[in-house]
Amino acid sequence: MRLVILDDYDLASEWAAKYIRNRIIQFKPSAERYFTLGLPTGSTPYGCYKKLIEFYRSGDISFKYVKTFNMDEYVGLPRAHPESYHSYMWNNFFKHIDIDPANAHILDGNAEDLETECQAYEQKIAEAGGIELFVGGIGPDGHIAFNEPGSSLVSRTRVKTLAKDTIVANARFFGNDLNKVPTMALTVGVGTVMDAKEVMILITGAHKAFALYKAIEEGVNHMWTVSAFQQHPRTIFVCDEDATLELRVKTVKYFKGLLHVHNRLVDPVLSIKDQ
Amino acid sequence: MPSNKSVSDAAITQFINCRILRDHRLQRDDLWVREGKVLDPEKLFFDEKGYADKLVDCEGSIIAPGFIDVQINGGYGIDFSQASDDVSSGVSFVAKKILQHGVTSFCPTLVTSPPAVYHKVLPQIKVSDGGEHGAGVLGFHLEGPFISVEKKGAHPEQFLRTFQSGGIEDLMEAYGGLDNIAMVTLAPELGGSQSVVKELCQRGITVSLGHSVANLSQAEEAVHHGASFITHLFNAMLPFHHRDPGIVGLLTSDQVPAGRTVYYGMIADGIHTNPAALRIAHRAHPSGLVLVTDAITAMGLPPGRHTLGQQVIEIQGLHAYVAGCSVEEALEAASLHPAKLLGISHKKGNLDYGSDADLVLLDDALNVEATFISGEEVWRKGP
Repeated sequence: MRLVILDDYDLASEWAAKYIRNRIIQFKPSAERYFTLGLPTGSTPYGCYKKLIEFYRSGDISFKYVKTFNMDEYVGLPRAHPESYHSYMWNNFFKHIDIDPANAHILDGNAEDLETECQAYEQKIAEAGGIELFVGGIGPDGHIAFNEPGSSLVSRTRVKTLAKDTIVANARFFGNDLNKVPTMALTVGVGTVMDAKEVMILITGAHKAFALYKAIEEGVNHMWTVSAFQQHPRTIFVCDEDATLELRVKTVKYFKGLLHVHNRLVDPVLSIKDQ
Repeated sequence: MPSNKSVSDAAITQFINCRILRDHRLQRDDLWVREGKVLDPEKLFFDEKGYADKLVDCEGSIIAPGFIDVQINGGYGIDFSQASDDVSSGVSFVAKKILQHGVTSFCPTLVTSPPAVYHKVLPQIKVSDGGEHGAGVLGFHLEGPFISVEKKGAHPEQFLRTFQSGGIEDLMEAYGGLDNIAMVTLAPELGGSQSVVKELCQRGITVSLGHSVANLSQAEEAVHHGASFITHLFNAMLPFHHRDPGIVGLLTSDQVPAGRTVYYGMIADGIHTNPAALRIAHRAHPSGLVLVTDAITAMGLPPGRHTLGQQVIEIQGLHAYVAGCSVEEALEAASLHPAKLLGISHKKGNLDYGSDADLVLLDDALNVEATFISGEEVWRKGP
């Protein structure tokens, strides 16, 4: 894996956004060959989205030939609800950029038949040629998307019941009323994300530190589903100092020492203006 | 990008680089319009996979709902209370002119007149939508003749009336009919007026109290029967008295039925009302304030008169400055509140999804830069 450690949340968000930018531009997407991007929601990627919007506004990047696939969506929450992941993606990303609405895919938590919806989603990903870069976050319980502790590490897109930890963590978005938080969600599986050519996990904040430790310094374990990516050929973990608080000093020093190498991935930062 | 809409083929316009008045705040957000109405862009994106055909760059301007003037007696040489044979060209002329002041809907107002005038004028004008031709007509505001002699103001005394037959028949006789009437101003202390208030409200006509010497209980009784507006607060009514606040007391009355709001018109030109009085009213009851021009024939004519332009600018600029209220509150007093007063806030007076796209683009000093009706530009400031 690559472990990229930046000083704070803003710098980590910026690094991640630059990486996504460079990957898209280097790919030279076109009408015949779209760049497929897997996307997360939540407070962690918020800064990264803001940066990507900035890059779009300054004319350095376009999402015209990008297809996106979000990781998850609540079941039973009205799509227009301010806390739905559709609302999140619209307000924090899609409405500010030039993506074709037909290319922005999010699981429908209000579908008549949830299983069919999940299978259709896997199909759409396959038809798009697979995911080029899947961006994700990590829960305090080490989950990727809504693959809660105990999820199969080869799982596919399906309905999941949320763990108590996750419900508690999400309560702040529902007026701190546990009863208002949805209890089920549609989510891509661990296996689905593992199929991506490359995976980038964003982890910021001290409250995620223990999960990061479990994910990269302990074994592959379905109780900490992010640990599955130890077996992926191309994973980048982008984090801030606080997220490394539970790691061994040795690990942190090693990867900080590699920062000058990793920074070559974002420096120079490319622009479509130069093409 | 070619459009890709499944619900409608109509063109979609997206106003960008603007601050829109939504949820009582000015927010940096885009405004989307289709087929004359404000569109929900999130639904467009996810349901229809659609996007804008046309972008309008507002260059940082404020977009507010188009202003609604519920009291305007004429202007630019036109007097609505004149028994002309061709009232509609006068109304149309004014309707077109007021676009430059951001007014997209209005109530042509008639002052106390003899029956012959009402019988001639009223049938000539219908409620109509605005457009390139001018602001929309919401219906007449009939200010009088059932008002108090003592508070007639500029109204001609010989045409004032009282209720003789006991109610609505007098109204029908005076006006000739009640079609296309949005509002009636009357004095609730007049005998027989309370049943008239009730009957008018039942017919969906807004009843306003004004030109009156009513005490607070008479005013409260009228509100109980459905009255919901006060015509130019402070003017042509008894002054506030601490033992009987009169009509002014409605602003803080505890007799107003739950869920109802009493609105009050304010001519905020700094002359009809002392700015300090305006502030007292606003602080007592901010959500009821409705800005009106009460403009007269002379409006818009050469220097020396109060032009509508001056009044609006004074209303907007002066109001925001004088009343110490926020820009958002001032804008709502000229749009949302009159719409709520007239019961049309489901489609006018706000920028909610589904509302008519009657808009005014303003600079930070609240000068009008452009006016739109149903999403179409109907006036733009020259260079």
